[in-house]
Amino acid sequence: MATRLQFENNCEVGVFSKLTNAYCLVAIGGSENFYSAFESELADVIPIVKTSLGGTRIIGRLCAGNKNGLLVPHTTTDQELQHLRNSLPDSVVVQRIEERLSALGNCIACNDHVALAHTDLDKETEEIIADVLGVEVFRQTIAGNILVGSYCALSNRGGIVHPHTSVEDLDELSTLLQVPLVAGTVNRGSEVIAAGMTVNDWTAFCGSDTTATELSVIDSIFKLREAQPSSIVDEMRKSLIDTYV
Amino acid sequence: MSVMDQDSGMFKVQQTIGSVLCCKCGVPMPPNAANMCVNCLRSEVDITEGLQKSIQIFYCPECGCYLQPPKTWIKAQWESKELLTFCIKRLKNLNKVKLKNAEFVWTEPHSKRIKVKITVQAEVLNGAVLEQSYPVEYTVRDNLCESCSRFQANPDQWVASVQLRQHVSHRRTFFYLEQLILKHDAASRAIRIQQVDQGIDFFFGNKSHANSFVEFLRKVVPIEYRQDQQLVSHDVKSSLYNYKYTYSVKICPVCREDLICLPSKVASGLGNLGPLVVCTKVSDSITLLDPRTLRCAFLDARQYWRSGFRSALTSRQLVKYFVFDVEPPVGEATVGGQKYALSYVQIARESDIGKMFYVQTYLGHILKPGDQALGYDIYGANVNDDEMEKYRLSVRNGLPEAILIKKCYDEQREKKKGKPRRFTTKKLPMEMDESRGSRVDPEKMENEYEEFLRDLEENPELRFNISLYKNKDYQDSETASMTDGEGAPSVPIEELLAELELSEEEDDDNEEDMDE
Repeated sequence: MATRLQFENNCEVGVFSKLTNAYCLVAIGGSENFYSAFESELADVIPIVKTSLGGTRIIGRLCAGNKNGLLVPHTTTDQELQHLRNSLPDSVVVQRIEERLSALGNCIACNDHVALAHTDLDKETEEIIADVLGVEVFRQTIAGNILVGSYCALSNRGGIVHPHTSVEDLDELSTLLQVPLVAGTVNRGSEVIAAGMTVNDWTAFCGSDTTATELSVIDSIFKLREAQPSSIVDEMRKSLIDTYV
Repeated sequence: MSVMDQDSGMFKVQQTIGSVLCCKCGVPMPPNAANMCVNCLRSEVDITEGLQKSIQIFYCPECGCYLQPPKTWIKAQWESKELLTFCIKRLKNLNKVKLKNAEFVWTEPHSKRIKVKITVQAEVLNGAVLEQSYPVEYTVRDNLCESCSRFQANPDQWVASVQLRQHVSHRRTFFYLEQLILKHDAASRAIRIQQVDQGIDFFFGNKSHANSFVEFLRKVVPIEYRQDQQLVSHDVKSSLYNYKYTYSVKICPVCREDLICLPSKVASGLGNLGPLVVCTKVSDSITLLDPRTLRCAFLDARQYWRSGFRSALTSRQLVKYFVFDVEPPVGEATVGGQKYALSYVQIARESDIGKMFYVQTYLGHILKPGDQALGYDIYGANVNDDEMEKYRLSVRNGLPEAILIKKCYDEQREKKKGKPRRFTTKKLPMEMDESRGSRVDPEKMENEYEEFLRDLEENPELRFNISLYKNKDYQDSETASMTDGEGAPSVPIEELLAELELSEEEDDDNEEDMDE
């Protein structure tokens, strides 16, 4: 079930958090509201780790990971790396990679089985991705953009891509990723999907500017309705209410 | 699905644009820069914000002009292109958006409202270009423009006047000028035309109109003029001075058929032209003909006014002569299109047939024995002219006793008396000057005008610059043309113009007239 929230009055939730099936990373914010929102949804299911990467808060865009592993850029300090290794479950491999394109979150879009990579990524990086994350890597562009990690939000059950993606491209990506894809927007028409939302197999978090239409699209493509067997009434009410006055 | 790209030889996949849902209303639409459907975008953003929607314009009901501040008045018809351009120009801030289209929405003319629907285009929200239409309402307020209000206050208000004068005792020149002015439409911008004692006054609303009128006069008659101005009002703050301009124009007093005794300086300047000359033609220069040598000289306005001589005898003093004998011509000349033949004739005055004169004349080619001619009786006249006196004293043989000027057609005219002429002339709308105890005798005026018309009939070169119109009352009588070959001279029908009458009943008649 998709939730709407803000990080310090900013709707770009995907920039300040990273959600996978095994863990969740959040940035260190001034107030605890952001963290509490994640906690209320995910408290006993997966660990929620507060961290920074390379001293910055834009952790969602710097790292890429799934339930098998986590890749962090070379700007990550040793303390942060250690903190991550300590907090995350043992099944998750944390790897720091030396890559010129250090915003890994913008360059790699992955779920538990397949990943899309920036076309200019190093060969070794590609091998590391395949190795650490346990995925099949495809170098692709989305709607002519090479930053596949920004313009695509992916989970094991579906994905949303840049709204200007053509029908042929959509078909091609869908065949590669083996999941249903839809071209859509988030945060009231923003095209940068992955920066505006973060998603895993049973839940999604979007910026509070997201309209009801966009929310319904997210719910349907990631199949979030069926995931949580909570009461139907609650779900319907959440998606029908657009703004809180 | 794949198409071979001709230009680069590359394999290009055909791209079909998919559809996304509008982020606000959920209706499927092709993706655009804002990812919102047009209606949602319109409801979000109003590009007409800050643009003027209602404005006031001023209209002068007298002349139909609209005010463009600060001072220009633009003439425009209701719902015309000029009015549309004017309305759009009056809108401020329109440069912030791109104007796509503008058109009038119909409003009742007397509602004093003009509605214009304007379509503008502007860029919103990261690159999406939005087009929007909105109506602008103009409230029309009536306000007399400056010139109309000045005219309303005092309709006789003039700014420049041309006072045309000729100091002679007849009005022949003014009749001729009247016809010329009508033909060339030179006085079309005159507010008022007034006839005064020895001339005509023209009043204009604009100094340049008066100036162009004076220039026209300079081309057709020899004139001398001066310009003066009188201060009417003075705006201290903006240093604007309002003047009334007056042009005093003097036409040279020498007319056609005048006898002139040239001062010795002028005569020697013209190559010793015999001091007694006859003026044969006045246009922008004066043509002087020496009756003894058949030599012509031309004096233009400047040369004339340098000496400023006056005529010794004018056409008023012409006397009728009977011609008894004409000798064959001794010399012939053609001057300025006119043929002259010098010969000796025997003539006697009508009043005193007994006294015969044997004189030289230049009319040898048209005079025959038994004809009548008009000429100056120098023998019997008491000429009040200094130059003449000097000449009379200086010359050995004495002055010629008579100088014949033109042939007289009075006999032939007797037959046509009472019948209307074949042509008519138009007249200028002149006012008569009542104020100065009218010295103008209406009968005398009529006689003069009659003589002027006769002049026109006799001289084809005079008719050259004038338009004559067909007289509807004239019936072509067969008798007139069947008399002896030499009838009274009349205007051939080819030279006459048909009057243009714009009336509906006489449409058929007009068709016939126009064909000729």
